[in-house]
Amino acid sequence: MREFTKSKQKKVTAVQLEYQTLAKSLEPPRPVLRNCYRAFIAGGAICFLGEALMKMFQTYFGFTEQTAGNPTVAVLILLSAILTSLGVYDKLAQWAGAGSAVPVTGFANSLCSAAIEHKREGLVLGTGGNMFKLAGSVIVFGTVAAFAVGMIHWIIGIKG
Amino acid sequence: MMDFVWAVIIGGAICVIGQLMMDVGKLTPAHTMSILVVAGAVLDGISFNGTSLYDRFIDFAGAGATVPITSFGNALVHGATKELQENGWIGIFMGIFEITSAGITAGIVFSFLSALIARPRA
Repeated sequence: MREFTKSKQKKVTAVQLEYQTLAKSLEPPRPVLRNCYRAFIAGGAICFLGEALMKMFQTYFGFTEQTAGNPTVAVLILLSAILTSLGVYDKLAQWAGAGSAVPVTGFANSLCSAAIEHKREGLVLGTGGNMFKLAGSVIVFGTVAAFAVGMIHWIIGIKG
Repeated sequence: MMDFVWAVIIGGAICVIGQLMMDVGKLTPAHTMSILVVAGAVLDGISFNGTSLYDRFIDFAGAGATVPITSFGNALVHGATKELQENGWIGIFMGIFEITSAGITAGIVFSFLSALIARPRA
Protein backbone atom coordinates (compact mmCIF):
# COMPACT_ATOMS: atom_id res chain seq x y z
CA MET A 1 0.00 0.00 0.00
CA ARG A 2 2.80 2.42 0.91
CA GLU A 3 4.69 1.44 -2.24
CA PHE A 4 1.64 2.33 -4.22
CA THR A 5 1.35 5.87 -2.84
CA LYS A 6 5.07 6.41 -3.40
CA SER A 7 4.89 5.50 -7.06
CA LYS A 8 1.87 7.73 -7.35
CA GLN A 9 3.76 10.70 -5.92
CA LYS A 10 6.55 10.32 -8.48
CA LYS A 11 4.21 11.05 -11.33
CA VAL A 12 2.93 14.41 -10.04
CA THR A 13 4.57 17.68 -11.02
CA ALA A 14 6.19 20.10 -8.58
CA VAL A 15 3.12 22.35 -8.56
CA GLN A 16 0.82 19.44 -7.83
CA LEU A 17 3.09 18.32 -5.03
CA GLU A 18 3.05 21.81 -3.55
CA TYR A 19 -0.72 21.81 -3.72
CA GLN A 20 -0.88 18.40 -2.05
CA THR A 21 1.31 19.56 0.84
CA LEU A 22 -0.76 22.72 1.23
CA ALA A 23 -4.03 20.78 1.17
CA LYS A 24 -2.68 18.35 3.73
CA SER A 25 -1.60 21.16 6.07
CA LEU A 26 -5.05 22.74 5.87
CA GLU A 27 -6.86 19.44 6.45
CA PRO A 28 -8.44 19.50 9.91
CA PRO A 29 -6.64 17.06 12.24
CA ARG A 30 -8.60 14.00 13.28
CA PRO A 31 -10.12 14.74 16.68
CA VAL A 32 -8.45 11.69 18.21
CA LEU A 33 -8.98 12.71 21.81
CA ARG A 34 -12.65 13.50 21.32
CA ASN A 35 -13.18 10.23 19.41
CA CYS A 36 -11.52 8.23 22.18
CA TYR A 37 -13.62 9.94 24.82
CA ARG A 38 -16.80 9.15 22.89
CA ALA A 39 -15.68 5.56 22.26
CA PHE A 40 -15.06 5.12 25.98
CA ILE A 41 -18.47 6.53 26.98
CA ALA A 42 -20.45 4.52 24.42
CA GLY A 43 -18.46 1.29 24.87
CA GLY A 44 -18.61 1.60 28.62
CA ALA A 45 -22.37 2.18 28.52
CA ILE A 46 -22.94 -0.95 26.41
CA CYS A 47 -20.78 -3.00 28.78
CA PHE A 48 -22.72 -1.56 31.73
CA LEU A 49 -25.92 -2.77 30.11
CA GLY A 50 -24.27 -6.15 29.48
CA GLU A 51 -23.22 -6.43 33.12
CA ALA A 52 -26.76 -5.56 34.26
CA LEU A 53 -28.21 -8.25 31.96
CA MET A 54 -25.69 -10.82 33.22
CA LYS A 55 -26.61 -10.03 36.82
CA MET A 56 -30.30 -10.28 35.94
CA PHE A 57 -29.89 -13.70 34.28
CA GLN A 58 -27.87 -14.93 37.25
CA THR A 59 -30.29 -13.67 39.89
CA TYR A 60 -33.68 -14.38 38.35
CA PHE A 61 -33.15 -17.11 35.74
CA GLY A 62 -30.69 -19.41 37.50
CA PHE A 63 -27.76 -19.02 35.12
CA THR A 64 -24.24 -19.39 36.50
CA GLU A 65 -21.48 -16.84 36.00
CA GLN A 66 -20.13 -18.91 33.10
CA THR A 67 -23.42 -19.55 31.30
CA ALA A 68 -24.97 -16.09 31.77
CA GLY A 69 -22.87 -14.79 28.86
CA ASN A 70 -24.97 -16.60 26.22
CA PRO A 71 -28.41 -15.08 26.94
CA THR A 72 -26.74 -11.70 27.54
CA VAL A 73 -25.15 -11.72 24.10
CA ALA A 74 -28.43 -12.89 22.53
CA VAL A 75 -30.38 -10.03 24.16
CA LEU A 76 -27.75 -7.46 23.15
CA ILE A 77 -27.89 -8.74 19.57
CA LEU A 78 -31.68 -8.55 19.57
CA LEU A 79 -31.56 -4.95 20.84
CA SER A 80 -28.94 -4.09 18.23
CA ALA A 81 -31.04 -5.62 15.44
CA ILE A 82 -34.10 -3.61 16.55
CA LEU A 83 -32.14 -0.35 16.78
CA THR A 84 -30.52 -1.02 13.41
CA SER A 85 -33.91 -1.66 11.77
CA LEU A 86 -35.13 1.65 13.13
CA GLY A 87 -32.01 3.41 11.84
CA VAL A 88 -31.03 4.47 15.36
CA TYR A 89 -27.87 2.38 15.68
CA ASP A 90 -26.21 3.98 12.66
CA LYS A 91 -26.85 7.45 14.09
CA LEU A 92 -25.34 6.27 17.37
CA ALA A 93 -22.36 4.85 15.47
CA GLN A 94 -21.64 8.21 13.85
CA TRP A 95 -21.24 9.70 17.29
CA ALA A 96 -19.60 6.78 19.07
CA GLY A 97 -17.16 5.42 16.46
CA ALA A 98 -15.42 2.34 17.83
CA GLY A 99 -17.54 2.60 21.00
CA SER A 100 -20.47 1.08 19.13
CA ALA A 101 -18.44 -1.03 16.69
CA VAL A 102 -16.23 -3.02 19.07
CA PRO A 103 -18.97 -4.46 21.36
CA VAL A 104 -20.89 -7.49 20.11
CA THR A 105 -23.77 -5.13 19.23
CA GLY A 106 -21.55 -3.70 16.48
CA PHE A 107 -21.13 -7.20 15.05
CA ALA A 108 -24.92 -7.59 15.00
CA ASN A 109 -25.25 -4.13 13.47
CA SER A 110 -22.95 -5.08 10.59
CA LEU A 111 -24.98 -8.26 9.95
CA CYS A 112 -28.30 -6.51 10.18
CA SER A 113 -27.48 -3.41 8.15
CA ALA A 114 -26.03 -5.56 5.34
CA ALA A 115 -29.13 -7.77 5.43
CA ILE A 116 -31.46 -4.75 5.12
CA GLU A 117 -29.36 -2.81 2.64
CA HIS A 118 -29.18 -5.66 0.13
CA LYS A 119 -32.84 -6.59 0.46
CA ARG A 120 -33.62 -4.82 -2.83
CA GLU A 121 -31.53 -7.45 -4.65
CA GLY A 122 -33.87 -10.14 -3.30
CA LEU A 123 -34.02 -12.23 -0.15
CA VAL A 124 -31.76 -15.03 -1.42
CA LEU A 125 -29.15 -13.23 -3.50
CA GLY A 126 -29.33 -9.96 -1.59
CA THR A 127 -30.05 -10.58 2.09
CA GLY A 128 -28.80 -14.16 2.22
CA GLY A 129 -25.73 -13.61 0.10
CA ASN A 130 -24.57 -10.34 1.62
CA MET A 131 -25.39 -10.68 5.31
CA PHE A 132 -21.77 -11.55 6.15
CA LYS A 133 -20.27 -9.04 3.75
CA LEU A 134 -18.93 -6.89 6.60
CA ALA A 135 -18.89 -9.41 9.46
CA GLY A 136 -17.34 -12.20 7.39
CA SER A 137 -13.74 -11.11 7.95
CA VAL A 138 -14.23 -11.26 11.72
CA ILE A 139 -15.56 -14.83 11.50
CA VAL A 140 -12.91 -16.01 9.03
CA PHE A 141 -9.95 -14.61 10.94
CA GLY A 142 -11.42 -15.59 14.32
CA THR A 143 -11.96 -19.16 13.13
CA VAL A 144 -8.52 -19.51 11.54
CA ALA A 145 -6.86 -18.08 14.66
CA ALA A 146 -8.89 -20.35 16.96
CA PHE A 147 -8.03 -23.34 14.77
CA ALA A 148 -4.33 -22.48 14.97
CA VAL A 149 -4.55 -22.13 18.77
CA GLY A 150 -6.41 -25.45 18.97
CA MET A 151 -3.76 -27.19 16.83
CA ILE A 152 -0.97 -25.79 19.02
CA HIS A 153 -2.78 -27.08 22.10
CA TRP A 154 -3.16 -30.48 20.47
CA ILE A 155 0.50 -30.66 19.41
CA ILE A 156 1.99 -29.62 22.73
CA GLY A 157 -0.74 -31.44 24.66
CA ILE A 158 -2.10 -28.71 26.92
CA LYS A 159 -5.11 -29.83 28.90
CA GLY A 160 -7.18 -26.77 29.61
CA MET B 1 -21.15 -2.52 42.52
CA MET B 2 -17.44 -2.70 41.71
CA ASP B 3 -18.37 -5.23 39.00
CA PHE B 4 -20.15 -2.46 37.13
CA VAL B 5 -17.26 -0.02 37.55
CA TRP B 6 -14.74 -2.51 36.14
CA ALA B 7 -17.08 -3.56 33.34
CA VAL B 8 -17.40 0.07 32.21
CA ILE B 9 -13.69 0.89 32.58
CA ILE B 10 -12.37 -2.24 30.84
CA GLY B 11 -15.09 -2.35 28.17
CA GLY B 12 -14.57 1.36 27.48
CA ALA B 13 -10.80 0.90 27.35
CA ILE B 14 -11.06 -1.86 24.72
CA CYS B 15 -13.24 0.46 22.61
CA VAL B 16 -10.62 3.22 22.98
CA ILE B 17 -7.96 0.79 21.75
CA GLY B 18 -10.17 0.07 18.73
CA GLN B 19 -10.66 3.79 18.12
CA LEU B 20 -6.91 4.42 18.30
CA MET B 21 -6.26 1.60 15.81
CA MET B 22 -8.63 3.33 13.38
CA ASP B 23 -7.59 6.95 14.02
CA VAL B 24 -3.87 6.69 14.68
CA GLY B 25 -3.15 3.36 13.00
CA LYS B 26 -5.37 4.35 10.01
CA LEU B 27 -6.87 0.85 9.86
CA THR B 28 -10.29 0.12 8.38
CA PRO B 29 -13.00 -1.01 10.84
CA ALA B 30 -12.82 -4.52 9.33
CA HIS B 31 -9.07 -4.74 9.97
CA THR B 32 -9.54 -3.40 13.50
CA MET B 33 -12.26 -5.92 14.39
CA SER B 34 -10.32 -8.83 12.86
CA ILE B 35 -7.20 -7.93 14.85
CA LEU B 36 -9.23 -7.66 18.07
CA VAL B 37 -10.83 -11.08 17.50
CA VAL B 38 -7.46 -12.69 16.79
CA ALA B 39 -6.07 -11.00 19.92
CA GLY B 40 -8.89 -12.50 21.99
CA ALA B 41 -8.21 -15.95 20.52
CA VAL B 42 -4.48 -15.73 21.22
CA LEU B 43 -5.01 -14.49 24.79
CA ASP B 44 -7.26 -17.48 25.43
CA GLY B 45 -4.60 -19.81 24.04
CA ILE B 46 -2.08 -18.82 26.71
CA SER B 47 -2.83 -20.27 30.13
CA PHE B 48 -1.22 -20.35 33.52
CA ASN B 49 -2.14 -22.89 36.20
CA GLY B 50 -4.97 -24.24 34.07
CA THR B 51 -6.77 -20.92 33.61
CA SER B 52 -6.35 -18.96 30.38
CA LEU B 53 -5.43 -15.28 30.41
CA TYR B 54 -8.77 -14.31 28.90
CA ASP B 55 -10.69 -16.29 31.54
CA ARG B 56 -8.85 -14.41 34.27
CA PHE B 57 -9.69 -11.24 32.43
CA ILE B 58 -13.42 -12.19 32.42
CA ASP B 59 -13.32 -13.02 36.15
CA PHE B 60 -11.98 -9.55 36.75
CA ALA B 61 -13.92 -7.41 34.24
CA GLY B 62 -17.18 -9.35 33.76
CA ALA B 63 -19.20 -7.91 30.89
CA GLY B 64 -16.29 -5.54 30.19
CA ALA B 65 -14.51 -8.59 28.79
CA THR B 66 -17.47 -10.61 27.44
CA VAL B 67 -19.28 -7.85 25.51
CA PRO B 68 -16.42 -6.57 23.27
CA ILE B 69 -15.71 -8.55 20.10
CA THR B 70 -12.46 -9.93 21.61
CA SER B 71 -14.62 -12.39 23.56
CA PHE B 72 -15.74 -13.87 20.23
CA GLY B 73 -12.17 -15.08 19.63
CA ASN B 74 -12.08 -16.30 23.20
CA ALA B 75 -15.29 -18.30 22.77
CA LEU B 76 -14.07 -19.86 19.50
CA VAL B 77 -10.90 -21.14 21.20
CA HIS B 78 -12.86 -22.30 24.26
CA GLY B 79 -15.15 -24.47 22.16
CA ALA B 80 -12.22 -25.90 20.22
CA THR B 81 -10.12 -26.78 23.28
CA LYS B 82 -13.10 -28.23 25.17
CA GLU B 83 -13.95 -30.66 22.36
CA LEU B 84 -10.24 -31.33 21.82
CA GLN B 85 -10.02 -32.74 25.32
CA GLU B 86 -13.10 -34.89 24.90
CA ASN B 87 -12.71 -36.13 21.33
CA GLY B 88 -9.10 -35.61 20.29
CA TRP B 89 -8.00 -33.67 17.19
CA ILE B 90 -11.38 -33.93 15.42
CA GLY B 91 -12.79 -31.99 18.39
CA ILE B 92 -11.12 -28.83 17.08
CA PHE B 93 -13.36 -29.02 14.02
CA MET B 94 -16.44 -29.96 16.03
CA GLY B 95 -16.05 -27.45 18.83
CA ILE B 96 -15.03 -24.10 17.34
CA PHE B 97 -18.59 -22.81 16.95
CA GLU B 98 -20.02 -24.61 19.97
CA ILE B 99 -20.07 -21.60 22.31
CA THR B 100 -20.42 -18.83 19.74
CA SER B 101 -23.43 -20.62 18.27
CA ALA B 102 -25.80 -18.60 20.46
CA GLY B 103 -24.37 -15.29 19.24
CA ILE B 104 -24.11 -16.22 15.57
CA THR B 105 -27.56 -17.82 15.46
CA ALA B 106 -29.13 -14.83 17.20
CA GLY B 107 -27.33 -12.52 14.78
CA ILE B 108 -28.46 -14.38 11.66
CA VAL B 109 -32.08 -14.95 12.77
CA PHE B 110 -32.69 -11.43 14.09
CA SER B 111 -30.98 -9.86 11.07
CA PHE B 112 -33.08 -11.94 8.70
CA LEU B 113 -36.28 -10.96 10.50
CA SER B 114 -35.19 -7.31 10.43
CA ALA B 115 -34.60 -7.55 6.69
CA LEU B 116 -38.13 -8.95 6.25
CA ILE B 117 -39.68 -6.08 8.19
CA ALA B 118 -37.46 -3.04 7.66
CA ARG B 119 -37.20 -1.10 4.45
CA PRO B 120 -33.78 -0.33 2.95
CA ARG B 121 -32.86 3.34 3.26
CA ALA B 122 -32.06 5.37 0.21
